[in-house]
Amino acid sequence: MQDLSRSDIQRILDLSEEFIELNRQDKKKLTDLQGRTQINLFFENSTRTRTSFELAGKRLGADTINMSVEASSTKKGETLIDTAMTLNAMHPDVLVVRHPDSGAVALLSQKVDCAVVNGGDGQHEHPTQALLDALTIVRRLKRLEGLTIAIAGDVMHSRVARSNIYLLNTMGARVRVIAPPTLLPSGIERLGVEAFTDMRQGLRDVDVVMMLRLQRERMQGSFLPSVREYYHFYGLDHEKLSYAKPDALIMHPGPMNRGVEIDTDVADDIHRSVIREQVEMGVAVRMAVLRLLVAGRRNRVVGNA
Amino acid sequence: MPDRLRFAYMNARLLDPASGRDEIGHVLIEDGMIVDVGPDIFPDGTPGHMEVIDLDGLCLAPGLVDMHARIGEPGAEHKESFESAAAAARAGGITTLCTMPNTDPVIDNVALVEYVHRRANEGSDVHIRPFAAATQRLEGKQLTEFGLLQAAGAVAFTDGDRAIADATVMRRVLSYATAFDALIVQHAEEPSLARNGAMNEGELATRLGMKGIPTAAETIMVDRDIRLVEMTGARYHAAHLTTAKALDAVRRAKADGLPVTCGTAPLYFALNENEVNGYRTFAKVSPPLRSEDDRRAVVAAIRDGTIDVISSGHAPEDPEAKRQPFEQAEFGAVGLETMLALGLQLHMSEDVPLLSVLACMTCNPARLLGLDCGILAAGHPADLVIFDPGAPWIVDSKKFRSKSKNSPFDERPLQGHAVRTVVEGRTVFVRRVER
Repeated sequence: MQDLSRSDIQRILDLSEEFIELNRQDKKKLTDLQGRTQINLFFENSTRTRTSFELAGKRLGADTINMSVEASSTKKGETLIDTAMTLNAMHPDVLVVRHPDSGAVALLSQKVDCAVVNGGDGQHEHPTQALLDALTIVRRLKRLEGLTIAIAGDVMHSRVARSNIYLLNTMGARVRVIAPPTLLPSGIERLGVEAFTDMRQGLRDVDVVMMLRLQRERMQGSFLPSVREYYHFYGLDHEKLSYAKPDALIMHPGPMNRGVEIDTDVADDIHRSVIREQVEMGVAVRMAVLRLLVAGRRNRVVGNA
Repeated sequence: MPDRLRFAYMNARLLDPASGRDEIGHVLIEDGMIVDVGPDIFPDGTPGHMEVIDLDGLCLAPGLVDMHARIGEPGAEHKESFESAAAAARAGGITTLCTMPNTDPVIDNVALVEYVHRRANEGSDVHIRPFAAATQRLEGKQLTEFGLLQAAGAVAFTDGDRAIADATVMRRVLSYATAFDALIVQHAEEPSLARNGAMNEGELATRLGMKGIPTAAETIMVDRDIRLVEMTGARYHAAHLTTAKALDAVRRAKADGLPVTCGTAPLYFALNENEVNGYRTFAKVSPPLRSEDDRRAVVAAIRDGTIDVISSGHAPEDPEAKRQPFEQAEFGAVGLETMLALGLQLHMSEDVPLLSVLACMTCNPARLLGLDCGILAAGHPADLVIFDPGAPWIVDSKKFRSKSKNSPFDERPLQGHAVRTVVEGRTVFVRRVER
């Protein structure tokens, strides 16, 4: 995401718009990628991202297969390059890769001839999530430029936060991050954001609130004292939300921890929560990315630093 | 080459950092020892009846003393053996090579020190001097037998790339070392702050989505150790310092008269953290490459003498260990064959006096380790490096004598290399002129 220009992003979003309508029809199948092979290679569990990519590929007419590899069982990632070589020999046209290590997707992409889409690598980037978030915002608010957008939660461990920061900055939005100090990574301001540790201050007059998932294991390792305290100070409820603009959108990449980072009432607020729309946009954005990459140029990774 | 004979190197630029000598002159060698050095050692201007080699103005300095190299033997001979390390050292102008104890098994007992001594020096023509572990199995708990190990040939004590973390253990290590005037070498990094870190903490680590190692991990350990040196009076050496603040702490400790010294490696004055951008695992080293400000502080500390030692920091790794996602890859970079040229670059590009650079690679480490090499003067062994300081070359890791090729300097243009390496009067390396 860090390397995509404003016009690249705009092009993907424009194309995605076309697919939204298609996805709402009964007949959803295109032939753009007919005869092409897409492999979803997931070294980390993910139901929604994998399903979304799978549907996107199928609707474009590609043959898609899923491969799940337990990263922990591959001894110190030794087989990453071997896996890449093996798959490469089968001549796929595109690999969608998710891996628990930052930079692993870029490494893999150097070893294969086909296009590679980053489906999330470690704490580095999750470009299609940022794109679908952008599409969701644009559909609702008609623009990105000039909006103030707060990203709240576990910024330190979040690839979603990083990709969103790059994309939103590129598109001219003002980005804030809100987190307890132990979950704010060092030098985050240098990425072009304003950092807040007080959620109410951070939410003041924002147009969009993007919540991040809090991994429960962060309670170990002394990042946080307790879920209760976290929810009290950083959980999104109606009271804290009242500091944002009255019509501010509520977003979450899922899956949500209700009662940890977000209150159930807020998550299900039909006027403001666009969390389900995000899922819908996900398929459209991934279709756009796949078509641009596979039907067009090859040997490129989307959104790797 | 003769080694039982008298012979002379003539018309060299003599560089002896210990005495400050920098002049054109000659060296007379007999039975592997330096007999005389200077511009006027031959009364009538000619050496008379003996073999002479005219160096025509090439630099002649004491052979380099590399105080910190990890060799794969025993346990990881596929990464580096004594033979391959010695070959790389010769080509790098290094005549004394100190090896780290973090091998498999760990060099923590007399039998293993004797083994290294025997294995390393059979058929090897550079001096290989083992460091021994400071604590058993490098666990940071139980001291090793400093006295017996020293008698067996261990020149200093260290836990290699692990810090001695427990303050009480470190206090006892330092305290006990004073009985034998042993040098304790610390990997100055607080492990609890560095845990799971793969690179310098900061903006770049945040962008790359990696856990960083804060500079405070180094500063805290150096600060603590200096307090323990105050309590014990032991000779303490911080192996590779990389941060401005830790160097300031050493600077103050020296001003206070404490027996504290420190070293660095070319990695830390030639590179900064930007090398790891793009997840380049060859730039994953321990301690990590730091910011440009810290890099400049390292250069300044070499210039003002705060840093005593430049060592190769040689840490060979095979491709399997490096061709990994960054966080999974091993730490380390080879350094034997690039140390001299990178030191010379410090002189040419950063304006550090040539003798200051050479002191860090010759007489300073020799003095810390109690070795009689590193000095270009009568009565010292004829361990010499003859180098051409201006010769341009391009690093080609495939041509390294080292078994491992993991150099972050690959393909980099450098200037200056050893053209001849001499150990006890015997030429052990001559660079063939490539045209």
